Amino acid sequence: MPDKRMTEDDVIAELSSGMTLGVAGWGSRRKPMSLVRAILRSDIDDLHLVTYGGPDAGLLCAAGKVRKVTYGFVSLDSIPLEPHFRVARQTASVEVREFDEGAFYLGLLAAAHRVPFYPTRAGLGSDMMTFNPELRTVTSPYGDGTELLAVPALEMDASLIHMNRADAAGNGQFLGPDLYFDDLFAMAAKRTFMSCERLVPTENLLDEGSIHTLKIPRLHVDGVVEAPGGAHFTECPPDYGRDEQFQRQYAATARDPEAWARFKADWLDLPSNDAYQTRLAERTKRGEDQR
Amino acid sequence: MNAPATIDEICVLALAEAFRGDGELLCNPMGVLPVVAARLARATFEPDLMLTDTIAYALTGTFKAGAVVSDPADVSSFGPQVAVEGYMPFRTVFDQAWSGNRHVVMGASQIDRHGNQNFASIGDYRKPKAQLLGLRGAPGNLANHATTYWVHNQARTFSETVDVVSGPGYDRMAALPEPTRRYHHIRRVVTNLGVYDFDTPDHTMRLVSVHPGTSLDDIRAATPFELPIPEPTPQTPLPTPEDLRLIREVIDPDNLRKSDFP
Repeated sequence: MPDKRMTEDDVIAELSSGMTLGVAGWGSRRKPMSLVRAILRSDIDDLHLVTYGGPDAGLLCAAGKVRKVTYGFVSLDSIPLEPHFRVARQTASVEVREFDEGAFYLGLLAAAHRVPFYPTRAGLGSDMMTFNPELRTVTSPYGDGTELLAVPALEMDASLIHMNRADAAGNGQFLGPDLYFDDLFAMAAKRTFMSCERLVPTENLLDEGSIHTLKIPRLHVDGVVEAPGGAHFTECPPDYGRDEQFQRQYAATARDPEAWARFKADWLDLPSNDAYQTRLAERTKRGEDQR
Repeated sequence: MNAPATIDEICVLALAEAFRGDGELLCNPMGVLPVVAARLARATFEPDLMLTDTIAYALTGTFKAGAVVSDPADVSSFGPQVAVEGYMPFRTVFDQAWSGNRHVVMGASQIDRHGNQNFASIGDYRKPKAQLLGLRGAPGNLANHATTYWVHNQARTFSETVDVVSGPGYDRMAALPEPTRRYHHIRRVVTNLGVYDFDTPDHTMRLVSVHPGTSLDDIRAATPFELPIPEPTPQTPLPTPEDLRLIREVIDPDNLRKSDFP
């Protein structure tokens, strides 16, 4: 079996400016944040981000890394409107291609299956059609007269996903309540890099979850990064919940450039996930996570 | 406990009535007052509805608003009849939406007389004055199954035109071929003032009933478009003592529903 272990910085070396980059997870849930933070401290920019967006979209937009966002939604869940993404929208600093949430799923599925589109009713009649004038419809070839939206394949140069467990060969396991669409991000992108809470020997993959949790086959994974706490501050159950105090602190920086500079210095300008986790542990020790 | 029904409880029952006749459907109410309404409907007159904890677990029984499953082995603590009956991750929810076996309740920032709903953004979409939720799942919901709207502030929400069409109304859908639009149905709109539907010849909005304590002048003042008003005007039904017991003691003892009425 191949050994695909690497570090966040190894992943960055495989990415480049101008790429179409998928970030899996959902809102503020199980996002590959250690990889997002590695992009933030790199020279990579001009990205076309493809996401069910959460703080990945907010952070990358706020840091000027993004040219365009294709999204099903952008939200922090417990804070429904992602404040940094709101700023990006309200200043028109990024181009947007917004899809109905379900249509976005079909776009991922089309790319995963290597077909140019999947048909659906989802989107027709709404301003999704108005604001994305490149979208086309198809009429059923079976004589029933149904006109359907042809959701285009959401092809990506690379995607980033975060799993609870993985082995060195790139088999990934989710242990929480929902896989979201992470398997489709992995299949739809030309290359996929997967971080995980813990690397385990292949023979231990069934210790914590049933066969049904092994949803990421190594066929679609090009690199594996062990990143404990790597989804922080988004949730990653059952390993940990969302750090709501940290998320509120992050959200508050959208209205205050000084607070953003401080947040960036404290939490983003760090050399590694280890340094980030060490600082988080110090914060917990000081009791600042309870405020 | 015998205190008379308050406006939030009247709205809960009016929203619960939107589920009458649904039978075995997956109901996804968005927002706490719609959640309370769906659970009241199942506990009283619509026992076959499927309801989730708002995350991924479909649960039987009657359980408290705000309770989310963290350990599926532990749901019996939610109430005497509560058990996990199904798995509804987001992918399954979309599949169910497209199969038609679903009824949602969504909010709105703007809604017009054709039922066009906006919760995406205000102003020019390319550079909005205010970015709101976005289109979310509204386009797909409207095109595929029944939708009900909960509007907690009618005066601010009812609009002559909407800035963005997230959930398409009847005029937008009328422009599509019949086989494309055939599953579109806006069941009703419940606001802090009254109940509305679109069961008119041209599918424009009409008043169905006015909430107790609200006058027709209040309704007119909060409606910037032409609105047919039935004569005599029915009053929205009051919750029964058993409805009030369920709402206050079982489904929403923490009064989360009142957050829509600051």
